[in-house]
Amino acid sequence: MKRTTILLGALLLAAPATGDEFTEADLERWQAEFQAVVKRGREAFTDPKLGSNGVVCAQCHPNGANTHPETYPKFQKQLGRVAELWEMVNWCIQNPLEGEPLAADDPRMIALQAYINWERRGARLAPGKH
Amino acid sequence: MNTLSRRSFLKRGAGAAVGGLLPLSLVEVAFADKSRNFTFAYISDSHIQHIKGNKFVRNWDRGLIRAVAETNLMDPKPDFVMYGGDLAQLGTRAELDHGLDLLGALRPRTRFVMGEHDYYLDLGEYWSKLLGPQWYSFDHKGVHFVVLNSILTYDKWINKWSTPEERMNVMAGLDNPLGSPFMVGAAQRAWLKKDLAKVSKDTPVVVFSHSPLQKIYKGWNFWTEDAEQVQALLKPFKKVTVFYGHVHQIQYNQIGNISFYSAMATAWPWPYPGTYNQKPSHLPKLTVEMNRADPFFERDATGWQFIDVWSGRATVHYSLPENAPRTVAYNARTGRPEDTRYQNKRIPPQKHY
Repeated sequence: MKRTTILLGALLLAAPATGDEFTEADLERWQAEFQAVVKRGREAFTDPKLGSNGVVCAQCHPNGANTHPETYPKFQKQLGRVAELWEMVNWCIQNPLEGEPLAADDPRMIALQAYINWERRGARLAPGKH
Repeated sequence: MNTLSRRSFLKRGAGAAVGGLLPLSLVEVAFADKSRNFTFAYISDSHIQHIKGNKFVRNWDRGLIRAVAETNLMDPKPDFVMYGGDLAQLGTRAELDHGLDLLGALRPRTRFVMGEHDYYLDLGEYWSKLLGPQWYSFDHKGVHFVVLNSILTYDKWINKWSTPEERMNVMAGLDNPLGSPFMVGAAQRAWLKKDLAKVSKDTPVVVFSHSPLQKIYKGWNFWTEDAEQVQALLKPFKKVTVFYGHVHQIQYNQIGNISFYSAMATAWPWPYPGTYNQKPSHLPKLTVEMNRADPFFERDATGWQFIDVWSGRATVHYSLPENAPRTVAYNARTGRPEDTRYQNKRIPPQKHY
């Protein structure tokens, strides 16, 4: 028993940094990566070129308000099914902005959602809520 | 109630011509001296937005066209129309010209309030050339009306931008942190003081501004920096009503002797500031919020107003094309504006989050 413990300890000491350890530097980097995407999301949210008619998301949604990301996925009666936030973002791009929809994994779509969620941080998750 | 009180604003037969669903409102004329009662229409915040050439954003055009068509169908006819500001989106000549062209179909006389979207490209030069002074007063059937330009700001901010377009674009972003608070300013307050000096304290006073002459939420300029100073000038009068645009939503309030009513936009609705959960805001507690907008209906939560002025007080009929209309009337018993239907009985769509 004792021998096994010593052996294990020696192995751990010899091993490189393990998977579940991270440093302040890691935290800073990850936060910076996230905030960079939030910033790109705000740029897309206020970009007259996102659609075709110069209308921007922030025109109707100052600070991303009234997007309530915490309520998705939820039933949309007009679609007749449960929809995700990115689908509603595309609905807005196609209708008020008269533009072309983005792929779900388009970096701009991810950035838009990062920005919307950041502006709504702290709200309790309420999936399905109307 | 007299026969007038039972008559709808719109001729039903004529109304069918503009497309089925029309927001009909009953005129509620509750006071004795009928000869002093009158109605006016109040249209605001159309944000006519130029794309290029002869193309404009269709959605915003449609809102204004509909408001104009229904105003022309009002019965009894409004004595005049007030346009509450933000006719343009980015203050260009093309936008102001096109907006005025659409408003040209209005039959009653139209007067105008300056909005920040009309102003910050050329500091109101083209607007003034077309429409005249940016602040003025007039009298109508015993009521003293005052129009203010409440969207002025600090000279230092005005002069800090490299181009007029840059300045306009920053001010056009409601939530742009580089914007600047609105104000009436000292020169205009001095004018107002002088203008009101000749008005009897019993005369009802009605003021129009673009931004609220009260402080609701600074982050979106639902705010006027010198609101208290303007309120103080209005304080000696028995009956004061302030109408404002800018907020794209139903708000009403009572501060001392002053009743406040906002206008909806014909272009698009805005969320209530309380829905932005990162900052505190001060929506008047009295306000029963308008129904949450359904994005799938283009005109939902947009609208325009028909206003009865009776005994110097107002009843505001908010016409919502995709919803039941709202009526907010001054309640003489409680001394404040109240929703005639929802004040004490709210419905689920009036909850915002």
